[in-house]
Amino acid sequence: MSTLQLVQGNEACALGALAAGCRFFAGYPISPSSEIAEALARALPRRGGVFIQMEDEMASLGAVLGAAMGGARAMTATSGPGFTLMQEHLGYASLAEIPCVVVDVMRGGPSTGLPTSPSQGDVMQARWGSHGDRATVVVAPASVQEVHDLTGTAFALAERLRTPVVVLFDEVIGHMREGVTLAAPPAGSAGRPVPGEPPGPSFRSAYRPNAEGVAMVPDFGRGYRFHVTGLMHDERGYPTSDPATVAALLERLERKTDAALDALPPERYRLEDATVVLIAYGITARMARAAVDVLRERGIPAGLLRPRLLWPVPVAALEEAIAPAELVVAAEMNRGQWSLEVERVAGRQVPLAPYLKAGGSIISVEELVEHVLAATREGVLA
Amino acid sequence: MIEAAPTEKRLLRLDMMPHMLCPGCGHGIVFDAMLRVLARRYETLDGVAFVAGIGCSSRVVGYVDSATMHTTHGRPLTFATGLKLARPDLKVIVVTGDGDGLSIGGNHLIHAARRNIDLTCVLFNNEIYGMTGGQLAPTTVPGAFTSTSPEGNHEEPFDAARLVEAAGATFVARAQSFRTRLFEEVFAEALDHPGFSFVEVLTDCTEYFGRTNHLGTGADLLFAQGREEPAVDADLATRPTLRPVPEKRTRPTLATGVLHRSRRSTLEEAMGLVGGAR
Repeated sequence: MSTLQLVQGNEACALGALAAGCRFFAGYPISPSSEIAEALARALPRRGGVFIQMEDEMASLGAVLGAAMGGARAMTATSGPGFTLMQEHLGYASLAEIPCVVVDVMRGGPSTGLPTSPSQGDVMQARWGSHGDRATVVVAPASVQEVHDLTGTAFALAERLRTPVVVLFDEVIGHMREGVTLAAPPAGSAGRPVPGEPPGPSFRSAYRPNAEGVAMVPDFGRGYRFHVTGLMHDERGYPTSDPATVAALLERLERKTDAALDALPPERYRLEDATVVLIAYGITARMARAAVDVLRERGIPAGLLRPRLLWPVPVAALEEAIAPAELVVAAEMNRGQWSLEVERVAGRQVPLAPYLKAGGSIISVEELVEHVLAATREGVLA
Repeated sequence: MIEAAPTEKRLLRLDMMPHMLCPGCGHGIVFDAMLRVLARRYETLDGVAFVAGIGCSSRVVGYVDSATMHTTHGRPLTFATGLKLARPDLKVIVVTGDGDGLSIGGNHLIHAARRNIDLTCVLFNNEIYGMTGGQLAPTTVPGAFTSTSPEGNHEEPFDAARLVEAAGATFVARAQSFRTRLFEEVFAEALDHPGFSFVEVLTDCTEYFGRTNHLGTGADLLFAQGREEPAVDADLATRPTLRPVPEKRTRPTLATGVLHRSRRSTLEEAMGLVGGAR
């Protein structure tokens, strides 16, 4: 069953979470994400779920992780400053392998910045904001429809990989209203890995990984007695500082997130014969897609690669799109973040002309077209 | 009447031993007393979860054979709040310290008390940051030397029990590592209390607080507690300092026992998570 509705992006996020089985939300008010909390404050108690407004963002994600250990599919939502405060608990969730979804509706930064203006300035924070070497899974929807759908994908990945998954979009998508089809989520979301063996006094394998490299941690209160810690730990969950054990743990935590690459490949638009390759994500990809059509009308063989997964970086898909390119234009609403990943993958062989715009307004189709035409006129495109 | 319960060993994770507490530390005495209370109530701890923060006190939960969670510095009450709301059937016990619970986590402590969520929080107060090497805490007695108050502490300490009561806790008690029977009584009452129950227990850090302030061994500290002697030694003013030592201050004699008890709806009751149809 599906219904077509006019829905705000933030509301679509809440609806996607509910459809994915979210039963716990803890959050703290912040523009431009507050409508997610407001929608779930209304909806969750009616569905047997729990909504709680916590005293700050650290507490919000702490409560989410506690609820997740109790077995709930749990989520919080915030924006830049709050996302900064959540970084420590994102690291904890990664290391302790506690599934959760964290939504960051990006606004202009740094600091209080531009509370109700769009930005894509948290892309690197989402990757590197928490200390230490940490694998991250970050999805980037580009429409209200996709906010709904990818919030569901985020829950599926978080549970399957037992890791925090960040849903990253911006103020415009969060506050925009679009017609969306709210389909029932695809069946077969397997849920979180749990131990195959029964509980008992001898249970000492809470952090033993499955074939996908994901620890099979039981939920609390199911008869299993085990330890969860933010210290480096062995397969029992006991603290350890043994270098080989720690190195293997870090390697496993990074490797397991590769599964997200297959789950969420980039969108390829008119790339078949493209030698001018635009690369954009989120709201910027909407304008880049239109720019491709305008450029094609003007005889420029343009195409768009739109990653829906920013981290881990879809390197193979990037390489494939970039290989035939004579000009690569990565566009984003910041001073250069994911375009650095494009540069890293492209190397020095391909001419790059990133289009970067920070300041609180979205990138228009016209300015993007003009930028590409100027780059070709200036001979970047041989 | 408290009966001896020699069987608390069954509640321990012996394979995680040896523990990391220092010789003479008061935390082990308190932990042992907690286990005695739990052993009288529970055959196994399957219906219980322990949530702790970061610090010497918080490490003790790792030695309990239950569902145990060693979280982030200052935030155990936030994890416990989420766990309790998701699983109201579990008895959730939070272990924290004075730095963890009153400094970095002070905001979470007062909000948990305000919400009256049904958690039992035991705060081990040793007046110092032990794990990081003996720094000043928000509970350090004025005048005391720590590694970050080399001229003596200039600040007034929190009274944790009064703070938490003012914030809305419905059960507040204070005990000492010297009086374990008193601790056992108030901890048992805290576990029975519906709502946010808070037990502050005064313990001693031999290695850092005791040594830095010339207070003797663990036993000396313990018996000084029993005699309600000043927390800071008399020869404090003779310690070499860069500036004159402020007027010598002592820890006021703190009331112990159950300090406050009242009854109002718990958060779970107010949210309709327990006690009947929603």
